[in-house]
Amino acid sequence: MAQLDFYTLLPTVVLMAWASGLLIADLFIPRDRKAWTAGLAALGLALALGLTLAQIGRTGTGFAGMVTLDPFAVLANSLLLVSGLLAVGLSFGYLRRRDIDRGEYYSLTLFSVAGMMLMTQAADLIVVFLALEMFSLPLYVLAAFARPQPDSEEAGLKYFLLGAFSAGFLIYGIALVYGATQTTALAGVVTAVATGTASLPLLAAGAGLILVGLGFKVAAVPFHMWTPDVYQGAPTSVTAFMAAGAKIAGFAALMRVFVQAFPVLGEKLTPILWTLAALTMFLGNLVAIAQSNIKRMLAYSSIAHAGYILMALTAYANPQMRQMAVSAALFYLLAYALTNFGAWGVVAALEKQNGGGLELNDYAGLGRKSPALAAAMTIFMLSFTGVPPTLGLIGKIYLFRVTVEAGFIGLAVIGVLTSLVSAYYYLRVVVVMYMREGEPEASMDGWHKAVIALSAALTVLLSLAPAALFSLVSGATLLF
Amino acid sequence: MQTEWLYIGLFLVLGMVMPAMALMISWLVAPKKPNPIKQSTYECGVETVGEAWVQFKAEYYIFALAFLIFDVETVFLFPWALALDKLPLFAVVEGIVFILILLAGLVYLWRKGELEWA
Repeated sequence: MAQLDFYTLLPTVVLMAWASGLLIADLFIPRDRKAWTAGLAALGLALALGLTLAQIGRTGTGFAGMVTLDPFAVLANSLLLVSGLLAVGLSFGYLRRRDIDRGEYYSLTLFSVAGMMLMTQAADLIVVFLALEMFSLPLYVLAAFARPQPDSEEAGLKYFLLGAFSAGFLIYGIALVYGATQTTALAGVVTAVATGTASLPLLAAGAGLILVGLGFKVAAVPFHMWTPDVYQGAPTSVTAFMAAGAKIAGFAALMRVFVQAFPVLGEKLTPILWTLAALTMFLGNLVAIAQSNIKRMLAYSSIAHAGYILMALTAYANPQMRQMAVSAALFYLLAYALTNFGAWGVVAALEKQNGGGLELNDYAGLGRKSPALAAAMTIFMLSFTGVPPTLGLIGKIYLFRVTVEAGFIGLAVIGVLTSLVSAYYYLRVVVVMYMREGEPEASMDGWHKAVIALSAALTVLLSLAPAALFSLVSGATLLF
Repeated sequence: MQTEWLYIGLFLVLGMVMPAMALMISWLVAPKKPNPIKQSTYECGVETVGEAWVQFKAEYYIFALAFLIFDVETVFLFPWALALDKLPLFAVVEGIVFILILLAGLVYLWRKGELEWA
């Protein structure tokens, strides 16, 4: 049924069409009225969010099993759309201040969100690849959006080259999976394994390569090399969106592909995932200590957080733990996304027009100069560390519980220890803000303030009543 | 299985030997009467000036984009146009959507001033 096919993808399709329309509409909006473009972009995201929420409770597959609609996809899509809205809120004033308020920015953001949404719904490896390219290509351009500034151009080119390289791994992995099972459909892979027609070593090699390709997107060690440079060079509003959106989409794809297509490889992949998670947590947190640039520090912190989420994924092979692992990862992604937008929002507010104001020392005296902003930053840093009363703590407890219950106690211990290490560099920001003298200059418009305030409020308030969120994420099952 | 690999190996070896042989033979049998004109880089053509490592305008990508809009489109549109009366409504609408997307590209070029020949 053609109508049902479109229904499964309705928010994505509407967002794509909206982005295309916006690209044209923007051409007729003069440079000093770019607020219109931003407003229209936000309207499109809100419309898609409404359509996504209308899909709650519905399930199905579409386009001959290419895409799927299940509670997991609905939740991940809502999260992505909220991320998009927060990103647009952060961007407008920031872009104007940096004098890069070109209208294509918003279309590209919308295209990227649409690609990410397709990613969470992909039920076929080819669609996974298509969606990956669809959300990555706009991100490459966005990373270089502050052209002709060399930092930003470098970030865009680096991201593009390494992204293309990693896409090669992904597509080769898909080819090997096809070679092993004669299908690229996630459900078909399981059937091929069950009937015994699949060649398991080849399938394992394919799954490994897919893990490399997607591991690159979520910035897991040892595929993280691009992250610090790209996060530092890209305009801060882009980095905020990239850090949250690409992680949500990447992990959504990892979860769907591995849980649905490769449950049989669990035993083989568990040690690999274990090692990846441990390495990512270690390296991310340890290298972050040595950073004096706040953007680089947050980049390494985002690598470390990918490690925590990978920790949950390690438990995927255990059928009893599967749903809990997915829920814990989603919960953490939600907590991470909220905190992430707040923290990057503060960074964007303190960034000067010439690109300065990004060193840790530039935060000295913020506690006295603008107490509200410093308080918000403190909340975000505490949430990243995992200290009450923040959402980050609840997310970490959930993750550690899943890891321990799945029997990976060593991994959980590594997680707790590296969290302790991370307290050093997160709290250093707080110390600098409150205990050193300085004259920081923060500038932001109302929307920017609203995003920071909203993130801070939600980070604290949701952590006081996590029960609703728990039931939300535990209902987010992967079907089909 | 092994014989298939053997074929590939044979082709590999042959593929390397054949060009070398051809070069060898022409080197052995060809008469050698060099003169300055024959030795020049291009016997007919313009001598290169300066170095090959020069910067060129990356803005030529605009022409590539315009080319896509005007040229590649026809590859898809010819079969669509020829079979138009036999197509179901869905396919007709699909074709129109495709044209509209390309048209958006053209509008974009026009508004960005890339159609000015300067």
